[in-house]
Amino acid sequence: MAAMLDRWTLDRPLVLGILALSTFGIAMIYSAGQVHVPNAVTAEAWIRQSRWLVIALVAFSTISRISVRWIEWAALPAYIVSVVLLALTLVIGEGRGTAAGVKSWISIGGFGFQPAEIAKIATILWLAQLLSTRDTGLTSVRDLIMPGAVVGLPLGLVMLQPDLGTGMAFVGILFAMLYWAATPVWLLVLVASPVVGLFLASDTVIWSTYILIVIGCMILFLGSRLFLFESVALVLANFASATLARPLWDSLATYQRNRILVFLDPEVDPRGAGYQVIQSKVALGSGEFWGQGFTHGAQKRLDFLPEQHTDFIFSVVGEELGFVGTTLTILGFAYVLTRLVRLAGRAESPFAGLVLLGIFGAWLVHVFVNVGMTVGVVPITGIPLPFVSYGGTFLLMSWVAVAIAVRVAHERT
Amino acid sequence: MYAATGVILGVLILAFFRVQVIQSEGWVLRASSNRVRILPIPAPRGTIYDRNGVIIADNVPGYSVTILPGPIDSVRATLNRMSEHMELSEEHRERIIARLRRFGREVIIDSDADFAVVSAIEERRADFPGVYIDMRPRRRYHLGAAAGHLTGYVGEVTAEELATPTFPDSLYEAGMIVGKIGIERQYESTLQGRQGVRWVEFDARGRIVGDFAGVERVAPVEGEDLHLNLDFGLQQWIHQIFPDSMSGAVVALDPEDGGVLAMYSAPGYDPNLFTGGIDVDTWAGLNGDEAKPLFDRAVLGLYAPASTWKLASAGIALDAGVVTPDEVMPDPCEGTWFWGNRFWGCWDRSGHGFNTLAEAIGNSCDVYFYQLGLRLGLDQLLDRSTEIGFSTQCGVDLPQESRGIFPRGPEYWQEVFGYRPTEGEALNLAIGQGPNSQTPLKMAQFYVALAGDGSAPAPSIARDAPVVEGWELNLAPNHIASLQEGLRMVTAPGGTAHFGTALQYWDVIGKTGTGQNPLSVRGLAEDHAWFAGMAGLPGGAPEIVVVAIVEYGESGGQVAAPIVAKAADYYLRSKRGMPIDTIQTYREHIMTGPVPPWYRERFPQAFEARAQAQGGGD
Repeated sequence: MAAMLDRWTLDRPLVLGILALSTFGIAMIYSAGQVHVPNAVTAEAWIRQSRWLVIALVAFSTISRISVRWIEWAALPAYIVSVVLLALTLVIGEGRGTAAGVKSWISIGGFGFQPAEIAKIATILWLAQLLSTRDTGLTSVRDLIMPGAVVGLPLGLVMLQPDLGTGMAFVGILFAMLYWAATPVWLLVLVASPVVGLFLASDTVIWSTYILIVIGCMILFLGSRLFLFESVALVLANFASATLARPLWDSLATYQRNRILVFLDPEVDPRGAGYQVIQSKVALGSGEFWGQGFTHGAQKRLDFLPEQHTDFIFSVVGEELGFVGTTLTILGFAYVLTRLVRLAGRAESPFAGLVLLGIFGAWLVHVFVNVGMTVGVVPITGIPLPFVSYGGTFLLMSWVAVAIAVRVAHERT
Repeated sequence: MYAATGVILGVLILAFFRVQVIQSEGWVLRASSNRVRILPIPAPRGTIYDRNGVIIADNVPGYSVTILPGPIDSVRATLNRMSEHMELSEEHRERIIARLRRFGREVIIDSDADFAVVSAIEERRADFPGVYIDMRPRRRYHLGAAAGHLTGYVGEVTAEELATPTFPDSLYEAGMIVGKIGIERQYESTLQGRQGVRWVEFDARGRIVGDFAGVERVAPVEGEDLHLNLDFGLQQWIHQIFPDSMSGAVVALDPEDGGVLAMYSAPGYDPNLFTGGIDVDTWAGLNGDEAKPLFDRAVLGLYAPASTWKLASAGIALDAGVVTPDEVMPDPCEGTWFWGNRFWGCWDRSGHGFNTLAEAIGNSCDVYFYQLGLRLGLDQLLDRSTEIGFSTQCGVDLPQESRGIFPRGPEYWQEVFGYRPTEGEALNLAIGQGPNSQTPLKMAQFYVALAGDGSAPAPSIARDAPVVEGWELNLAPNHIASLQEGLRMVTAPGGTAHFGTALQYWDVIGKTGTGQNPLSVRGLAEDHAWFAGMAGLPGGAPEIVVVAIVEYGESGGQVAAPIVAKAADYYLRSKRGMPIDTIQTYREHIMTGPVPPWYRERFPQAFEARAQAQGGGD
């Protein structure tokens, strides 16, 4: 492996950093299985995760040899296939494990995978290709329609499953890549304004103030740069989102609504929807500064932590390794994420930079949403922590993304 | 992009800093309350001993099965699964759920589980979240049915009891085992002790992990022991000799201090049945039984005292100084007596002639006592009887006791019957009739006064019972001697109770009574049979007072008196370490063999009388 990396001069810091995170993940999965009343499935999860890591590394070394031309060529077919698969998921998909109510899995001959994981990579590649072939920058709302549609299609399909967490990853991909494609920040903010308005619409006074500020900004500072049509469209979009807020809320499944309500105040339902957040915070808090020691977490051992080897693995980190452990882990992710940005900055082709930023956007959302929910900063959505949470296909696809990242970063034109 | 990454991840680190460093103390506390629960450790109840240090009630190790509160659905599912391994009816399950809801704390499913049930549950612990097995002292009553009424029994404290001041919140809580009735209830605060506390760690599914290491357990404090005046052997002996299938009561008192040597009510029940919760069928059986086995006849039963009460009239008359032992009443008994425009009959229509007080007692002569009643006068009779307490309780150390029924004054007739009493009421009362019902215990207390110097301390079951004031008759020694002489005539050769009470070593003296009851006055059943007596060494002071009543027993002399004699014989023999014989009374001896040699020595007059009678015939 080392010889191969040498020969290809792939970015070693990124790969080693991610390998370290993956190994750390296996250790934490092992610890998560060490409970008072052992259960064969969770106790041996770390062994299965280790096998998947080996498979992932094989996939990594294979894919990282593929020519960037091939990757570019495969982008559109991969995108089309993954969108078809996502659509298919809505028909023949099934729920699994931690998200039994969400139809996000497709199984073929006993082997199951989540099309959304493929769709994330395929969307990044196809959008990167689209944006890199543009001659001009994206300066108007009209310019954003095409990229928005490319991401919006899989995003919409994922939201129909409904998988809010993965949907947010697509939003992360879109915004990171648009930013990298030199879209002005004010434009991104304006595009995002109807979404922000959606959440503020719960209170009429707040929303009215907000829409006045948005319109004021458009007129005062941005008037010269916006077409009238776009301005009107944005304002209308804001009104539409505010109007839709209520029916949209009503259309949410009860558990989703509860998650949002509980996010605002977990104690409204400490034995029900608030249980996970509270137990997670209890575990984190009783970890204190230095933690209770690897494998020694009391709440974890006594089974109080929900989904402790998958979505809530970070609570185990917090309980056993303390504030020191959580900070170091977050810094580890910070290293990997900034490394991606640095590689993107050094990349010679726009395509490479866009792919790296797309991966950056997806992972940043994953890290923020997953880690944030364990500490109550973000509502609970079933979204795993890359490389650390237990989950074979997710680990594999994440490593495929790593392979593509280092491969495109290495390409010199 | 670096800035965005920095801000987003910085927010996360700050959030962790807040939870894990700034607020950590609160979460640590929450973590322990999450998984640590406080569970009580039941305290063993104090042991109950008899007067000789024999154990009457103690504890043996038992197992209890307890369930912790949890989500109702999962509790219900757990209980349903448990019903496959133990007897747990649908109704019982719902009751447990209701109690979990009401108290929000652990509820005992079975406070006395079989070992098979315990091991079945332990084997499948994972199937029974929130269920744990506890060692719990189990009450055992060595006298069983021989003293069920006296010892009483224990059971889980009810919500209603907890609301009373007897069970203060500072000492009692739901789930505790407390005395329900009898001595167990009377001395509850002595016997109870203090339950301990342990901190137990549970996992998220309510399975016990073990004792929480953070806090030291508080050991329970065992209840204090209780020493009774009761004689274990005597109580058991009385249970054994009481006629099978008959109802009644026997009370034995120590004339020295009023200590209760035995107190028996038939039919009885086994208090061990109540340990761990009596099952519904057994309870329904006891409760519905027409013989009322749960009713303590010795202290709650009220019976017309009949002729046994003549001693009360006599004692009061001597005390008041209206008669002397040696004088005779002006009118001889001729079977009836005319007073106040009607005839008053004696039970024996052939008459008793002129009687001294002792003779009148020995003959149970009604005519004598009519005249005695008149001399005493209604007012004096009522006042003195009230002072002695024939219309109150004895004050025995039991949670329940009936008060005697006896007019406190002339207004009684006005209130109850609607007419003003005449002096004639004194005639009826003097022979033990009229509005007069007493408990066997009360009559025993009265006979204690006759056995000694006229004073009758309140009966007490426990050795250190709180002192309750008794009463005293102002009787000179020759008065006592005269009353005892009367009692002796009853059991002397020729007396109605002689054969059943003649014993080899002891003198038994006493008075029979034939108590009318609602069934007997209509000819539907026999009268109640009374015998109130005392026994001791020949010529010595009485060492035991025994009162027995056998419902519908017909004859005091033949049915009740032998019980008294046999009980006294057992007590006096065992007190001196002499061997016990099941054949005790003269009647038992002659029914199984020849006239015993001791009888000839003890009662030579019986043979002289017979020889004279035979000689006269010649």
